[in-house]
Amino acid sequence: MVSDETALLLDDVRKSFGAVRALAGVTLRVGRGERLGLVGHNGAGKSTLMHVLAGVLKPDGGTISADGGRQVADYDTAAAGRLGVRCVFQELSLCPNLTVGENARVLHPGLRGWGWRKRAEGLILEQLDAIFPGHGIDPKTIVADLSLGRRQMVEIARAFTVTDTPIRLVILDEPTSSLDATAAEQLLSYLHRANLGGVASVFISHILPEVLSAAERVVVMREGRIVLDGRASELTRRIIVRSMGAADEELSEAESSARVTDTTADRPRQVLATPLAATGGMELSACRGDIVGLAGLAGHGQSTMLIRLFDAWGKRDPATQVAAPVALVPGDRQSDGVFPLWSISRNISVRSLGSLRRFGLIDPGREKDLAATWRERIGIRTPDMDNGILSLSGGNQQKALFARALASEAGIILMDDPMRGVDISTKAEVYRFIRAEAERGRTFLWYSTEMEELFHCDRVYVFHQGRIVAHLHRGQMTEAAILRASYADASGEVA
Amino acid sequence: MTAASLNARGPARFDAVRLLRMLLPAIALSLMLAVIFSQQPRAMSYVGLTLLLNLAVPVILATLSQLCIIAINDLDLSIGSFVGLCACIAATLLKDTPLLGVAALVAAVGVYGLVGALIHWRALPSIVVTLGLSFIWMGLAVLILPTPGGRAPEFLTTVMKWKPAFVPLPILYAVILGLGMHLLMRSSLGTILRGAGGNPKALANAGWSLLRARVTLYLMAGTLGALSGLALVGLTTSGDANMALRYTLLSIAGVILGGGEFTGGRVNPVGAVLGAMTLTLAGSFLTFMHIPPDWQIGAQGAILIIVLALRAVLNRAEER
Repeated sequence: MVSDETALLLDDVRKSFGAVRALAGVTLRVGRGERLGLVGHNGAGKSTLMHVLAGVLKPDGGTISADGGRQVADYDTAAAGRLGVRCVFQELSLCPNLTVGENARVLHPGLRGWGWRKRAEGLILEQLDAIFPGHGIDPKTIVADLSLGRRQMVEIARAFTVTDTPIRLVILDEPTSSLDATAAEQLLSYLHRANLGGVASVFISHILPEVLSAAERVVVMREGRIVLDGRASELTRRIIVRSMGAADEELSEAESSARVTDTTADRPRQVLATPLAATGGMELSACRGDIVGLAGLAGHGQSTMLIRLFDAWGKRDPATQVAAPVALVPGDRQSDGVFPLWSISRNISVRSLGSLRRFGLIDPGREKDLAATWRERIGIRTPDMDNGILSLSGGNQQKALFARALASEAGIILMDDPMRGVDISTKAEVYRFIRAEAERGRTFLWYSTEMEELFHCDRVYVFHQGRIVAHLHRGQMTEAAILRASYADASGEVA
Repeated sequence: MTAASLNARGPARFDAVRLLRMLLPAIALSLMLAVIFSQQPRAMSYVGLTLLLNLAVPVILATLSQLCIIAINDLDLSIGSFVGLCACIAATLLKDTPLLGVAALVAAVGVYGLVGALIHWRALPSIVVTLGLSFIWMGLAVLILPTPGGRAPEFLTTVMKWKPAFVPLPILYAVILGLGMHLLMRSSLGTILRGAGGNPKALANAGWSLLRARVTLYLMAGTLGALSGLALVGLTTSGDANMALRYTLLSIAGVILGGGEFTGGRVNPVGAVLGAMTLTLAGSFLTFMHIPPDWQIGAQGAILIIVLALRAVLNRAEER
């Protein structure tokens, strides 16, 4: 039931991370007891919005107010807690070393004093029973011992437990991603009951039919803005996908069927990965000089595939064959890219130390030459390659990581969403460079969460829940086709 | 994959491995005692056990201090010299000018809390900070007591030489300390403190202050370290700046041996107490085994490696 009362109101909320605008002015009203569905493609700003609502991220601009326009001044986690805003984050926010009951205690400062353990265990058990009857979870179990699905149940149930503050709004970020069908069903029906009791919910999911059945109102985000806001009963999957940026759907489809040409026949195959028995789906292959895109929603198996290929070099695994040495360009520079204390040249040469050796030691002259060559070729902007890598801007650091992979003997370059947080001009340079390297006979496998980047590829594989569900050739590659395959539920629409 | 299918495969095997892992410190300790008793049956007496385990009391206290630090994913490399400093304070200031002595001990514990705050504010690696701090503690101890000596205050000797009926004193203290720390870590406060080690981000999202959690644990560690120094001086009756340096590594090994992990807020106070006792016994154990003194340090290391390797094997079996 949509009521006129407001549970929470965001007005023109903005948030940027460096040059990236995650939220470009979002105005959103959540009514008391309303069920709101929130959808959008990778990087549309859903997660940022949710973290702002939870008080974890402080917006750069805009206001948050509750109870008929009363603005909340310093909206942080404590303020969100006082208002009764609860979150079920995608990355599980339970303490794995504590028991289920102890985790309930973490959320409720009031659970203390004599017998708090019994009360906490009773509280969480009661809520688990209410949402997931037949869950089979003992509140004395340590969370690390639970399966992923059960952890998710505990996390959801914990968000709905009440001690002193009544709940106003619960935000669920892909809550069903690790639940089985029964539990997901139970959750959706519980949300319905909770909303009748006045608790509003924001439901974020990539499974569109689920959103359409769970929510009363659906909001679609794209590039940090709300692009569609309508009643669920009046929306269809097609309208939603189109609003995410799939306007030219029909046209391209007609065009595509005519232009399927196989240009790969004459070149030797470099990469072959057959689907694993557990997941199924299509096989992946790439020939010398190919630039192959890996598309789909974030976290649906693209990085896993890259790691599988990386591990396959030098092994005899019939399911995963690579015909040349492999190098990986990581996307998360800070955690698995740069060596922060090393110079730029050492960061580039570390992949090629084997060929820089003389009498078992690194030859400083050859290392210097290598660094100088790549500074020239890829255009790293620095006065001195002996400076620390952190003296470079993010884009130039990423160039150094490209140089590291390309300076090696590797014939196959795996790229794990390498352009995260890189400015546009650097991107353009790197795209040209990748194309030139491909023409020299290198094979690129390129996972990207950015739609436009995929159009620099010769063809793309679309991933969904760990499987390859679509293989699109250049002519078939449209935003619409990729989006539809990303959201496809089992019925492979594009072959 | 459904939740049911994930939990369907053999919970029984899991439990057996886990039980074995939990009991490992107890098994190691009883094995050692069994060998000692078979070699020297007279050790199996009130006096024998008191003599064997006397020096375990300060080691237990130092180990529990380390446990507080490890609970929040840090490591304290200064605990050995801190215990030494507190022992020196006890043997000089506390004996001669009790008020000043108490003030000095409280100040030392306070510094521990401040160091915890510093580590949190500046996101410093605890190993580096405490390693530096260990030299400061040792320097202070040398300033207070330049040459070994001093005298333990009467009350400390009384507390440490007390002969309770039936139960040997070290065992009584071990039980009290183990149970006390176990209950503290299971309390509503202890739950938050362990949670801060398990998933700091989740705790902060739930509105708890990680700074307060860390400072609380560091203050607890400082208090236990000071108590360790007092217990040590009560046993040896005189002080020396270098008397407890090996406690640093013993305490870390004790926590890990007792079932704790370096990260993730997984600590087991009862296990840590047993681990500390095992490590203290290792020396006497080797003497009873007639291992020449030249080889004892190496053999002690070998025992440690064997037990810790066993733990690692059990851990891996559990993950599978």
